[in-house]
Amino acid sequence: MELALWTYEGPPHVGAIRIAASMRDVHLVLHAPQGDTYADLLFTMIERENRRPPVTWTTFQARDLGSSTAEMVINTLEGVCERYSPQVLLVAESCTGELLQDQPGALAKGANLSAPVIPIEMAAYTHKENWGASETFYQLVRGLLAARALKPGETKAPRAADQPPSVNLIGPTKLGFRCRDDVVEVQKLLEQMGVRVNVVAPLDATPRDLLRIPDADANVNLAPEVGDLTCDWLKRQFQQPIISTVPMGWGATRDFIAEVSETLGLDIDVESVGDSRLPWYSRSVDSTYLTNKRVFIFADGTHAIAAARIARDEMGFEVVGLGTYSRERARDVRALAKEYGLEALITDDYLAVERAVEALQPELVLGTQMERHIAKRLGLPCAVISTPAHVQDYPARYSPQMGFEGCNVLFDTWVHPLIMGLEEHLLTMFRDDFEFNDTAAPSHLGGEGGGAHQPDTVASIEEAAETDEPGAIAWAVSAEKELRKIPFFVRGKARRNTEHFAIENGLSLIDVETLYEAKAHYSR
Amino acid sequence: MTEVIARAESTGTPAVITERGERAVFCGLTSIIWLHRRIQDAFFLVVGSRTCAHLLQSAAGVMIFAEPRFATAILGERDLAGMADCNEELDRVVSELLARRPDVRRLFLVGSCPSEVIKLDLANAAARLQRVHDNRLRISAFSGSGIETTFTQGEDQCLASMVPDLPTAQDSSLRLMVVGTLADIVEEQFRRHFAQLGITEVDFFPAARADDLPAVGPGTRILLAQPYLSDTVAALRKRGGKLISALYPLGIQGTLAWFQAAAAEWGCSAETVQEALAIPIARAQKALSRVRSSLEGKTLQFLPDSQLEIPLARFLSEECGMSLVEVATPFIDQSLMAEELARLAEDVRLVEGADLDSALARVRANRPDLTVCGMGIANPLEAEGLRTKWSIELVFTPIQGFDQVADLAGLFSRPLVRERQLEVGSWS
Repeated sequence: MELALWTYEGPPHVGAIRIAASMRDVHLVLHAPQGDTYADLLFTMIERENRRPPVTWTTFQARDLGSSTAEMVINTLEGVCERYSPQVLLVAESCTGELLQDQPGALAKGANLSAPVIPIEMAAYTHKENWGASETFYQLVRGLLAARALKPGETKAPRAADQPPSVNLIGPTKLGFRCRDDVVEVQKLLEQMGVRVNVVAPLDATPRDLLRIPDADANVNLAPEVGDLTCDWLKRQFQQPIISTVPMGWGATRDFIAEVSETLGLDIDVESVGDSRLPWYSRSVDSTYLTNKRVFIFADGTHAIAAARIARDEMGFEVVGLGTYSRERARDVRALAKEYGLEALITDDYLAVERAVEALQPELVLGTQMERHIAKRLGLPCAVISTPAHVQDYPARYSPQMGFEGCNVLFDTWVHPLIMGLEEHLLTMFRDDFEFNDTAAPSHLGGEGGGAHQPDTVASIEEAAETDEPGAIAWAVSAEKELRKIPFFVRGKARRNTEHFAIENGLSLIDVETLYEAKAHYSR
Repeated sequence: MTEVIARAESTGTPAVITERGERAVFCGLTSIIWLHRRIQDAFFLVVGSRTCAHLLQSAAGVMIFAEPRFATAILGERDLAGMADCNEELDRVVSELLARRPDVRRLFLVGSCPSEVIKLDLANAAARLQRVHDNRLRISAFSGSGIETTFTQGEDQCLASMVPDLPTAQDSSLRLMVVGTLADIVEEQFRRHFAQLGITEVDFFPAARADDLPAVGPGTRILLAQPYLSDTVAALRKRGGKLISALYPLGIQGTLAWFQAAAAEWGCSAETVQEALAIPIARAQKALSRVRSSLEGKTLQFLPDSQLEIPLARFLSEECGMSLVEVATPFIDQSLMAEELARLAEDVRLVEGADLDSALARVRANRPDLTVCGMGIANPLEAEGLRTKWSIELVFTPIQGFDQVADLAGLFSRPLVRERQLEVGSWS
């Protein structure tokens, strides 16, 4: 039993719904009670979908238990085939359905339905949403293509000389982070390279489209959380190589171009494909103030990994925390964090993330909707870079994260919540201006997002001064006052550094001198 | 998958058509979203699955920036396989939680679909935990599971679970108990109105503080602020309370009749009440008249959702001049709805239960000017050129009482006003 306030991922059947909702001519029957139908609103409200996800629920009630729930499954399946005539019928259970052991997949197989059935085992008490999406997509692709797999000893037919090289884009889904725009951007990129996009799946694909997957030369694993399993299987069964660089960030986009070229045997000059404004924006003098700003990153595996590289190498930030809730990607994120001299935070406990942010006092948080909560509480600037996200992160405008346009979007999105260079200086110089102080939000933010004042730390400092615990550090009143003169957006860091410095030097009382000694010690 | 049973009713009220099929409604856990704001020192611990946790944060829109006073103890494979003792695990989670939240005065263990199916006895667990934490807080259990409760019925189960803790009244003098969650502002208005009528012995249940438990006994007169409280009423009646049958305080007529029914118990005539409340009534009439024009003559269909449908249909047809195409509600308690049903025209199509696809087919055939429906369905209907009002807003907004009448009508008129106002694109 695990105590959860908020969850980063929904249950696995929500992952199954994401696949069904992403596709056309597929219908999902879920053996589930009425309350589980809330999942509709994830799509119709959060993502403003104009159709209900193609899901029908058995919605059994207490009075049906023990007698007629299996019958309800059959009736529902028959009703769905009659009403929607899907090309493929997916059948699964939610967490409660699973406990009834009606085995709807087997019932569907035996029911002589007009549509082909693909049952999905969810194991709802072990797995989560992304696993459910990955498993559903894999079972769907496997169910449709297994019979066409290459025989042992058979090799993939080479591309006809008159055909352009082609790839599939595997993994983008509804409720993914900016998948809609990323697909467009990556398609543009590939078009520039003379590479044809054969199938995009699951987003907007039909089962018939999935049957064409083997026609492409390679698969682009665009959303590894969803696409890994399927890409691996396609590689084994159809000898389709995997292009695994996710083109997010300037460097990664160039690496992606190089990997596509190499995989498909093309001779393409990276410079000729396109470029972004990010490098110049980052080098222009206005961005100097971004140097070594301390950034905390927490996201799904793919977005966390991409963000770390962009933050350090392309924006000139210092990455002070890196983590993910995607256990499937834990190894990758751990390895990367090590490279950055950090220990990765692998957790799906929102409170553990909050503690980490609180302790690190970063100057910018890049995270999910949950980190947006955390940052708001702590008065820290934040940009959302990953699911779970809320309605404002499904914007009307074109706003990809991938490709060269994605770099432009990321630069703007991450810089926007920060206090700009000159404003930062003015805040530091003139502290007691009645309109321009700790509690006044930065002028360009209009009260939203970062810049909210930090909780006033003086009370806790005074409390600390009163404790006689051995090893406790007290702040002299004069040092406290001096600390308050430091702008709020770096005060937490100054306080933390000074206390560290005091501990390292065996001091028990922090006075004004200690504060400046620590400042000198940590200056860069 | 549809079963339609037309039941002959006694004359004067519409016949009830019962439908069974796919339902698209929240489960009772959703009630926690407003209950945890109302009872400010209570904590709601759902014992369930990741789905329960996901529902709560999705329905709440992840918009509550304070740490919520609800959480989910998520059952894992180990709990189900019997490798971990669920009760021991629950004790551990509760201790963890109470250590984090020393301010909590009441803990509700809330049953879910999975906990009901595996027959985890939360009432028993609550009693056991009560013994452990006896001098700190009250602990009780109720079910918000979707196999037993629909949306607002979660509140009914929650309040019913508190009834055994209510102190017994010392004597049998008359005392009014207003039952059902109301917004603070509405409670204050109602207290003022009761005072104007000379009724000062008034309790509101639930109160803002978990320890403020009203006494109950033969002198207790139960006045329902919400229509979905069948089990709570039954439990209060067992404790000696008597139910005042009344319209619900929605709209001017509903609110007036509600006060009149209560005041009658104190020997106050209907005319006296009307005179005493003349000022707020006049104010409400003036405010409503401005909104009414957008609603008058417009057709309206309710999909089953909050159990507020029947009183709302009465208000919108009687006071706003809307024409009812169909009123569907998840469940009809004939005794609690008696006064309301008597006010509906006999030819109104009244549906109890649900069959989603056939209901949507009727919406498409009827093309009402406005459809009241759940959140998941609203945008798809809008995309088909139909105006909607999503019903969860009706339980998150102060809509009861005279001074909220125009706000209530405004919730329904806004989509129609918007349609006239927008010069961009097309809904159809």
